[in-house]
Amino acid sequence: MDPVFIAQLLVLGFTFFMLLNSAAVSVYLERKVAGDLQQRFGPNRTGPYGTLQPVADIVKLLFKEELRPKAADAVLFGLAPVLSVTAAFAAFAVVPWGGATTFFGLLPEPIKLQAADVNVAVLVIFAVTSMGVYGIVLAGWSSNSKYSLLGALRSSAQMISYELSYGLALASVLLLGNSLSLTDVVNAQAGTWFGVIPKWFVVFQPLGFVIFMIAGIAETNRAPFDFPEAEQELVAGYHTEYSSFSFACFFLAEYVNMVTVSAVATTLFLGGWHGPFLPEWLGWVWWLIKVFALLYFYIWMRWTLPRYRYDQLMHFGWKVLLPTAVVNLLVTAAAVLYWS
Amino acid sequence: MDLVLFYVFAAVTVVASLLVIGQRNPMYSVLLLIGSFLGLSGLYVLLDSPFAAVTQIIVYAGAIMVLFLFVVMLLNAPREDPPLRTTLPVSIGGRPLRVGAILGLLFLAEMAWAVWRVPARAIGGDAQTVDTVSSVRQIGVELFTTHAFAFEVTSVLILVAMVGAVVLAKRNL
Amino acid sequence: MPSLNHFLALSAVLFTIGTAGVFLRRNLITILLSIEIMLNAVNLVFVAVGRQIGSVEGQIIVFFVMTVAAAEAAVGLAIVIALFRQRETLNPDAFTSLKW
Repeated sequence: MDPVFIAQLLVLGFTFFMLLNSAAVSVYLERKVAGDLQQRFGPNRTGPYGTLQPVADIVKLLFKEELRPKAADAVLFGLAPVLSVTAAFAAFAVVPWGGATTFFGLLPEPIKLQAADVNVAVLVIFAVTSMGVYGIVLAGWSSNSKYSLLGALRSSAQMISYELSYGLALASVLLLGNSLSLTDVVNAQAGTWFGVIPKWFVVFQPLGFVIFMIAGIAETNRAPFDFPEAEQELVAGYHTEYSSFSFACFFLAEYVNMVTVSAVATTLFLGGWHGPFLPEWLGWVWWLIKVFALLYFYIWMRWTLPRYRYDQLMHFGWKVLLPTAVVNLLVTAAAVLYWS
Repeated sequence: MDLVLFYVFAAVTVVASLLVIGQRNPMYSVLLLIGSFLGLSGLYVLLDSPFAAVTQIIVYAGAIMVLFLFVVMLLNAPREDPPLRTTLPVSIGGRPLRVGAILGLLFLAEMAWAVWRVPARAIGGDAQTVDTVSSVRQIGVELFTTHAFAFEVTSVLILVAMVGAVVLAKRNL
Repeated sequence: MPSLNHFLALSAVLFTIGTAGVFLRRNLITILLSIEIMLNAVNLVFVAVGRQIGSVEGQIIVFFVMTVAAAEAAVGLAIVIALFRQRETLNPDAFTSLKW
């Protein structure tokens, strides 16, 4: 068969596999970083330096009993975790994690290290993220329990509110990158000025980056915006009634969403795989470093800031973040028009 | 290959739409309609229109259907009244079923005749046509120059709809 | 590659399903969903013919149709909520007080 086609299939499979592993690594990272921030050791018993902790977690989750409340709607109860996980993984399909490569000359022509290169990639990410709301809403509704329903309604209202600021921050980057394709946006950030300052879009759009990260944290229901899962108030929010594999699915979906938002932020604002000192074909190393830096930031936020109350959260999303995002877009548009 | 994909997406869309009108739980109807929209989105991609496909997901499946879902959940929409005489899982029965089915079939026959009269036209086009149709830049240019007035009026329309929805759904006007 | 007639036929089928839903269902929300099916059938024709003649006008019209459908769904659902508050039922046969 065509070697390029096989290579593309392999890249697709590899991306999926590494995304699964990244969720496991995020679990470990979260606990170790949390321990570090709280001035204690994190897990350090299971395996060397606790590196087998995610394996232990997953094994424990899989051995639990799979429960379903009697009054729960069976079809929707089973469908909800599937929807969450699918949306989380699908959004990563268009993110480029390395430059075009020929695998040391094995292939006749270079292929991109990306599962799918679509010319509307930015919109695809936005579309799939807005589908992620359904997993949560259906989980809350089908569990037929007050805590779940309240958590689900709050979470979905939060997600659709912060999607607007997310989209406007994306639009500001599009004005700079001049294209909806993520590969083009990354390639527009190659190179440096004076050999020192990289031409990343975060230099032009610091406010846009901040808005994007805040909206991203709110989209993935992470602290300080994790009121829907508030352990102290709502038991566990929309995934109260889930156990074993379904709970593992929600858990997985949350971490994969975090990785996706970090990956998209890296691609749009931090220059993707471009970086100094390394040759082009090792670009994925820089990409990994940037994504992990953003993941560390995510975890740092969770264990530092107190949780927003629900009305404060909605107030912030609509009355502070959205006007800021609109003003950012206007200023960017004016600047692009003036300087070109 | 394109033909196979067309039939797959068309089957998904038609079956999902039939189930939307054919089964009784309104929650399932909303979810099946989302499935139908995903099928249609696939068809738009086949027609080299990725912008329409993605906008369909963002606007229809991601926003309008969430609105429907909220209303169904908050009203706790009851399942429909059981059919008059039959015990089929289909929600309609008795005379409305017969008259409605006959009218529906007549309508379908009429549409089939109308479509059949159209001479067979292949969707051809060279690479340049495909590039024009699938380019978002082209859509943006035409939307904001030729159709700029309609665009601005649409934004006023959305504002009016938002105000109208809030006022109509208030408890005490 | 499917021809234009395939897409027109599919759109006709979807439109019929939508119309049947509006006439036959006794639940206000399902009636609104059937209207959305009809609008989507029309969108499909616009995109297919737009592709056929090689112009982006099809997709632009679809953009406007989607916006109008969103506005109409919002107002329609607000009306459904107000009606439900009056009669506690979503069956359109319950709202017959204007009949003589």
